[in-house]
Amino acid sequence: MKLTRRILMGAAVGGYILSAGAAMAKTELTFWSWRQEDKAFYQDVIKKFEAKEPEISVKFETYAPENYQTILSTALAAGRGPDVIQVRAYGNLESIATPGYLLALDKQAVPELANFPDSALAAETLRADGKVYAVPFATQTMLVVYNKKIFKDAGVNPPQTWDELVALTQALKAKNITPFANGTATAWQNETIVAALLSSQLGKQFEDDIVSGKANFTDPRFVNALAKLKDISTNFAPNFTGVDYASSQQLFVAGRAAMFAGGSFEVANFKGQNPSLDLGVFASPVAKAGDERLIARYYDGGYAVNAKTDKKDAALKFVRFLATPDYGTAFTNTLKNLSPIKGIKIEDAITQDVAKLADNSMSYLMLVRFRYQEPSGSVLLQSNVQKLLAGQQTPEQAAAEINKGIATYYKPFQK
Amino acid sequence: MPVSPKQARTLKHRSWVAFLVVPPIVFMSLFVVYPILSAFAYAFYEWRGLARGEFVGLANFKEVLFGATMGPVVWNAFLHNVYALIALMIIQNGGGFLLAWLLYKEPFGFRFHRVAVFVPVVLSTIIVGFLWKLFLNPNFGLVNQALYSVGLDALAKPWLGDASTALGALILANAWHFVGFPTLVYLAGMQRIPSEIIEAARLDGTSEWQLLKNVVWPLVAPSTTILFTLLFIGAFNWFEIPYVMVGLDGSPYGTTDVLGLVFYRTAFGNQSASIQNFGQGSALATVLFLFIVVFASMLTLWLRRREIQF
Repeated sequence: MKLTRRILMGAAVGGYILSAGAAMAKTELTFWSWRQEDKAFYQDVIKKFEAKEPEISVKFETYAPENYQTILSTALAAGRGPDVIQVRAYGNLESIATPGYLLALDKQAVPELANFPDSALAAETLRADGKVYAVPFATQTMLVVYNKKIFKDAGVNPPQTWDELVALTQALKAKNITPFANGTATAWQNETIVAALLSSQLGKQFEDDIVSGKANFTDPRFVNALAKLKDISTNFAPNFTGVDYASSQQLFVAGRAAMFAGGSFEVANFKGQNPSLDLGVFASPVAKAGDERLIARYYDGGYAVNAKTDKKDAALKFVRFLATPDYGTAFTNTLKNLSPIKGIKIEDAITQDVAKLADNSMSYLMLVRFRYQEPSGSVLLQSNVQKLLAGQQTPEQAAAEINKGIATYYKPFQK
Repeated sequence: MPVSPKQARTLKHRSWVAFLVVPPIVFMSLFVVYPILSAFAYAFYEWRGLARGEFVGLANFKEVLFGATMGPVVWNAFLHNVYALIALMIIQNGGGFLLAWLLYKEPFGFRFHRVAVFVPVVLSTIIVGFLWKLFLNPNFGLVNQALYSVGLDALAKPWLGDASTALGALILANAWHFVGFPTLVYLAGMQRIPSEIIEAARLDGTSEWQLLKNVVWPLVAPSTTILFTLLFIGAFNWFEIPYVMVGLDGSPYGTTDVLGLVFYRTAFGNQSASIQNFGQGSALATVLFLFIVVFASMLTLWLRRREIQF
């Protein structure tokens, strides 16, 4: 009995000391991300935040992007996981937000949500309850990146119309320059190529018609655009069906190809590998002069708060800090990646160009609209365009296959 | 009650056995049996992301095997696993047998070759996959460069991007990686054959081919059994080489898709299909597990019967 009492007393004293210690110590937040390459930037941001909020400290931890979702899901399912989480958007966000792992954010808790355009908040909104679950961090656009020096040496200019693009590729080929560095061996590259080259041909109206169900993917606008893509693909990297993402990047970085159809996120990457590159960007060429010129836009993801965290106040403070124009400016200028926050000051000329192009955009269609169910629009588009460009099916067949897959769950197509 | 010395000894013996047996049983149950059973249980529920939903009986199994969306994908992948099994049986195990025979005859430098053949097995699969991806690069890869340099330009191909060669390329890369293992097992099997049997056959004037076919091959049957069983399990669990070389989607357009990739995509999602479906993933894993266990046991029993005792 005596022993029990002693143990109990000891535990009580120990507990008191521990809790007193905790009260004095800083609140330590953990913050998970898949952006290992941005670590220096985030550590700098954290330093600034800690200077502003001395009683909070933040620990930044990264995981490989291909495993991030798995590791995060497993941790959250086990009731653990970080306090602040970098999450992706759209369908990917839903798989984490639906089971209730994320804290819903509103304008009371995070007044800074007013700093974002609606389309950015929509990317981090759960369709089921209409609530925002994360503070968006980057706008991505699909466009054509080109090597200014090669263009100048060949005496050509960025094209306005599709015919000009065709003439441009012929001029480059005549000078023995590979026009496009792109290859189709990596499945998701097919989706970025479609968006980068064909958005202006599809048009905003096409997206509206798809959403309302007035049109589906067998629409002539879509089929004709695919046919144009098939024609222009003769200007991709040699043996492009076997050229994967990394090899096509290398071709462009080494200055062996003039253009790269892909994401604006490539620019920083290209510059990082070869700082001497002088790059420009242009939006997908239009079918005929006077048509609206568009790029495809989506949002990468956001910063969310773990619903189960016991450090909610501190986590919210940090997330609010990541939603300020000052943060957006630092993010954009350091990472050369466009922040969606309104009122940021962009230093870099090419990022300014991207921001300007982003004013006139349609959605990066399959990601924004059709990544919520199986078979996802992205998977269908990727594999069928891959097959189309390999010469194994016609544009009509590719469009029909894509449509058939989406129609299995998309009500407007089932009429 | 007094305990006789004999009873005490039995008790001591029993507790000693328990002391030895209980920890591994607990360990195995916790880390092997429990996860398998829980994966089995997961397969009967609907999952919303990672939250377990309602009990749905066999619905996940039905969707995985016969569903309009999953069914064709799974059967397409299954077919590729079967191709891989057959091709690897011939190239990897057959090649291993021939290599073992060459090494068994102890040609000049056989000690070096014995090590050299086994070295790729020791390499990480990730490295081997990456290496072969570089070799097969259509524009600067070793394979096409070699073909160009000897004037066989017509044979150069975008190996991993061409639907007709991509799966074959993965199989060859896998065979290159693992051929050392069957070689080693067969070599050990050959060295177990009493030398008088081979000498007797030689004295009778058998040809090399007859010796190989009628003497050596039947006598290394136990090695064949174990190698075939292992290959069977490996071929249906095939994941690393396809994952590294063609990605989660089984590029190009599903022509290299295998069950391991389908399982991973279904359960954990991938970059272009964000949906994570633990229920269907678990159902697929369960079906695959049962298939492998049942067939591997049947195969082993069948192959055992044709082994010769000596």
